Amino acid sequence: MYFLKRILWLIPLLLVVSGVCFALLRLTPGSPFDRERRPASPEIERQIAAKYHLDEPVWKQYGRFLRDLLRGDFGPSLKYRNHTVNDLIRQGLPVSMSLGALAFCLALGIGLPVGCYTALRRGRWGDYVGSLYALLMVCVPVFVLAPLLVMFLAVRWHWFPVALWGSVRHAVLPVLALGLFYSGRVARLMREGLLNTMHAEFIKTARAKGLSETAVLLRHGLRPALLPVVSYAGPMLADLLTGSFVVETIFQIPGLGAAFLNGFLNRDYSLVLGLVMLYAVLLVFLNLAVDFIYTLLDPRVKYE
Amino acid sequence: MSEGQGTTPLSPGRRAWRRFRQHRIAVASAWFLLCVIGFAVVYPPLARYGPNELSAAQFAPPSAAHWLGTDVHGRDLLVRLCHGARISLLVGVAGAGVCLVMGVVWGAVAGYWGGRVDSVMMRAVDVLYCVPSIILAIVLMAVLEPVFRRWLDAWHCTKTPALARLGVLFLALGAVSWLTMARVVRGQVLSLRSRAFVDASRVLGASPVWILRRHIVPNVLGVVIVYLTLALPGIVLAESFLSFLGIGVQMPLASWGSLLAEGTEQINPIRIYWWLLVYPGGLLVATLLALNFLGDGLRDAWDIRRDS
Repeated sequence: MYFLKRILWLIPLLLVVSGVCFALLRLTPGSPFDRERRPASPEIERQIAAKYHLDEPVWKQYGRFLRDLLRGDFGPSLKYRNHTVNDLIRQGLPVSMSLGALAFCLALGIGLPVGCYTALRRGRWGDYVGSLYALLMVCVPVFVLAPLLVMFLAVRWHWFPVALWGSVRHAVLPVLALGLFYSGRVARLMREGLLNTMHAEFIKTARAKGLSETAVLLRHGLRPALLPVVSYAGPMLADLLTGSFVVETIFQIPGLGAAFLNGFLNRDYSLVLGLVMLYAVLLVFLNLAVDFIYTLLDPRVKYE
Repeated sequence: MSEGQGTTPLSPGRRAWRRFRQHRIAVASAWFLLCVIGFAVVYPPLARYGPNELSAAQFAPPSAAHWLGTDVHGRDLLVRLCHGARISLLVGVAGAGVCLVMGVVWGAVAGYWGGRVDSVMMRAVDVLYCVPSIILAIVLMAVLEPVFRRWLDAWHCTKTPALARLGVLFLALGAVSWLTMARVVRGQVLSLRSRAFVDASRVLGASPVWILRRHIVPNVLGVVIVYLTLALPGIVLAESFLSFLGIGVQMPLASWGSLLAEGTEQINPIRIYWWLLVYPGGLLVATLLALNFLGDGLRDAWDIRRDS
């Protein structure tokens, strides 16, 4: 019931987001036809504007945008004349999604074990090494790590290709650059979560029952300890998609981040608006999923 | 005197300061940051080279003449790094200022008035949370920049483009980072509002503005300071991120992000100019580390977790 309400609440929320974005983009000066291929005469310009309905009043354009949106149609791209925004998203999304998903797996694959290990070895050598790793990763931004990886692993030692996208070997460096940062965050959250859980009363009870330490950890400790990581995972996935701006620029990967930047620089309203909506929908649903997973992990969490 | 635990109780600020001084890593971080700022301010006027001074020594590796080497135009990296530090830290502090004002005012008003005002204001925060912050910052910058340019032109400013970009960066980065601050402040204010001393003040006929200024704001100050230091690395990072993509600070000005972008452009299979990446990157990472430690130290000192 609660989640039904949440989903219904999403509709006005996304409406407002789309309205705000639409208004903001229209306020930005510069027409999409400023930069290049400037139409030869005012007449042609007027015709182009008419074709893309840029001559109508703004509220009418917004109505049109919303109507198309309900049909899952983001309209034509203003820059790439023969493409619709859907085409561009269809081209970019799989690339960005696979990059993001691989980085997500890497972040969890490294972060969770390191977090658990450091929590269980608290105050010993393993803890210090692991925590130092996590802290370092948190403080090294993608745009510092990625050029360094390229410079040494690709250019200097020729282990991996310098750029582009396509094969498994192409994916290694971008995924590393994107995923390592989040592995640090995940490790810190996991450590904190596990430390807090292992002090809880129900863990004492489990120990008092005579369970082995492994059983206590696996059966009782791990699930609630995952909560901080889970609540971070939603925004993290959205971040991975936007954080890929830099990675996609450096490695020249034809994903959504590159599309967004180009669209923004070319004032391709419909493309930018479509992508912002896509990100917003994604973020909202990820947060919803996070809240849902919460109820599965921790029986104490109850929504009205 | 300073060690006295006598009859007069210490103010919360004093107690926090005392606890903070025992946090060794945080104090070291504060010193490190002060050194970076001091060096960035003092060194460039004393240096032999200007930040945009070209020379024949292209891509000179670090040496006695150029301590950190030179870039593609033969410009001294150390001087440029100092200027970058000024810009990056300035944007961070100014962005934090915008974040502070917006977040505190928004949160305090919503929390204090409550009811419908509160729910409308907090729904607005929810809506903004739905848009990834970097995207929002980019869109905001595009909207605000022409406004700023026109405004600066009206003042007959000679460096309009670069200054306009800088001002817009402050605003956009501040404007995307106040959301958490507003939520935290609102929560604090909500709990303070129902306390006895606030009721007493209201019964005595104090106006809402007086109550906010006299009772509420001083009491949320600790939380605000802590969240501000925690927001600061995020703002510095976002500025570098935008500058790296080429939509942050503009040409004659340099920031750590744009220096890193210049270094990345020079990656080629023939020669490796590691100093162009390692030094700006290292300084950025060290600064972010120090800011994080500082935030942690302040949080422990004000003991936020036990409070809330």
